[in-house]
Amino acid sequence: MAQRISLSVNGVSHERETPARRLLVDFLRYDLGLTGTKEGCSVGVCGACTVLVDGEMTASCITLAAAVDGSEITTIEGLAQDGRLHPVQQAFIDYGGFQCGICTPGQVMAAKALLEVNPHPTEAEIRDWMMGNLCRCTGYYKILESVVKAVGAGLDSGSDSGSDSGAGASQ
Amino acid sequence: MIDFQLHLPNSLEDAFALLEQYGDDARLLSGGTALILQMKQRFAQPGHVIGLRRLPGLGDIGETADGGVRIGALCSQRRVETSPLVAGRLPLVAQAYRQVATPRIRSMATVGGGLAHGDPNQDPPPALIALGAAAILSSAPDGNGNNGGQRILPVEELFLDYFDTDVRPGEIITGLVIPPAPAGSGAAYLKFLPRTADDYATVSAAAVITRDADGHCREARLVLGSVGLTPIRATAAEDLLRGQPLTDATIRAAAATVPAAVDPLEDHRGSVDYKREMAQVFARRAIEQAAGSAAG
Repeated sequence: MAQRISLSVNGVSHERETPARRLLVDFLRYDLGLTGTKEGCSVGVCGACTVLVDGEMTASCITLAAAVDGSEITTIEGLAQDGRLHPVQQAFIDYGGFQCGICTPGQVMAAKALLEVNPHPTEAEIRDWMMGNLCRCTGYYKILESVVKAVGAGLDSGSDSGSDSGAGASQ
Repeated sequence: MIDFQLHLPNSLEDAFALLEQYGDDARLLSGGTALILQMKQRFAQPGHVIGLRRLPGLGDIGETADGGVRIGALCSQRRVETSPLVAGRLPLVAQAYRQVATPRIRSMATVGGGLAHGDPNQDPPPALIALGAAAILSSAPDGNGNNGGQRILPVEELFLDYFDTDVRPGEIITGLVIPPAPAGSGAAYLKFLPRTADDYATVSAAAVITRDADGHCREARLVLGSVGLTPIRATAAEDLLRGQPLTDATIRAAAATVPAAVDPLEDHRGSVDYKREMAQVFARRAIEQAAGSAAG
């Protein structure tokens, strides 16, 4: 059933009539024409569709657009300011953080979300945070390097080995 | 996805009224990481979806009078994982929530939604059961002398069957209360993840062990996940530990009762026999780790 919803996307308000079952990824891509957000697995696992909803990292492929009515959404199109790329975007270009590119918007959004809550993550924290963003080209080293360079953290991870208490790559 | 009508009530009272009105045709939505997937796959086809995100006052984490922790049902699992209060009071809880899926899913999924989902493969329930946590179920007045209010249900009694809980018609999980860990106790949650870091457990084990001053086990709680239709409390193992010295022999003897206590399903993570054996291994390791960190 159609509902009237209002979403702020990258600072611009949009009011639309949309079916309740419309997924946020489809709302962004087809209703607003913001095709930077990609759909990969469609089940919330791969991370390609990652956007921020009120600042929280969110899988837009399992989120109803109408259920987040009134929220502020940030997509990959909202990162560049005044023609200048976000530092994470620039680092992905400078350090070759992508191959085919389909996972890249999600990777960049995930990295941006990390830097918002933790501006100086260690390499281990980056790996742990980014574990939910899959790259079908398996270009993980370059993705990791890009985020590390964006942070300016350097690649030495010796100081934080052993701090991983759970779900990270150490298992 | 089959079409449906979405409701976003602004109060618990309005949510109860919608539940009353639409009954079995309604499903509650919080983070959506479970329900939306079920609806996409058409395992769930509700005519009405009641979104809870606008309900006030259900997103907080606070301490209880006895030194435990109270968590609002709409709190994201990520907030529990990163809460200094939870990490300080009940590190086992932070550790268990940290093992769920990926940071993105934990940012979306809520504590109440996770409990209501009733999936026996989730990480938090074994830890919550081992700690004696309880769910708060709220309901509206029924006009028959029941003023509505709250039912406090131990998480151990919440799960009835595969994806089936004791949340009754008209009830909404509004919170989770976890008592303080017993003095002198140690705890562990172990998740066996042989495939990928974001997978469900092949088996999981939570143990809370309380030690006497002389090194004997005063109290033991051992709960297994992913090895049955619900989380399973290994009471035979607990009985063998209680009152005994926490030696390698007693711990091994206790863990040896675990294969008979569990009832795993065969899937791509392993056969029934394999999971029974791994349940024993991870139960032993969880007891060892909990006993090792118990102060006595």
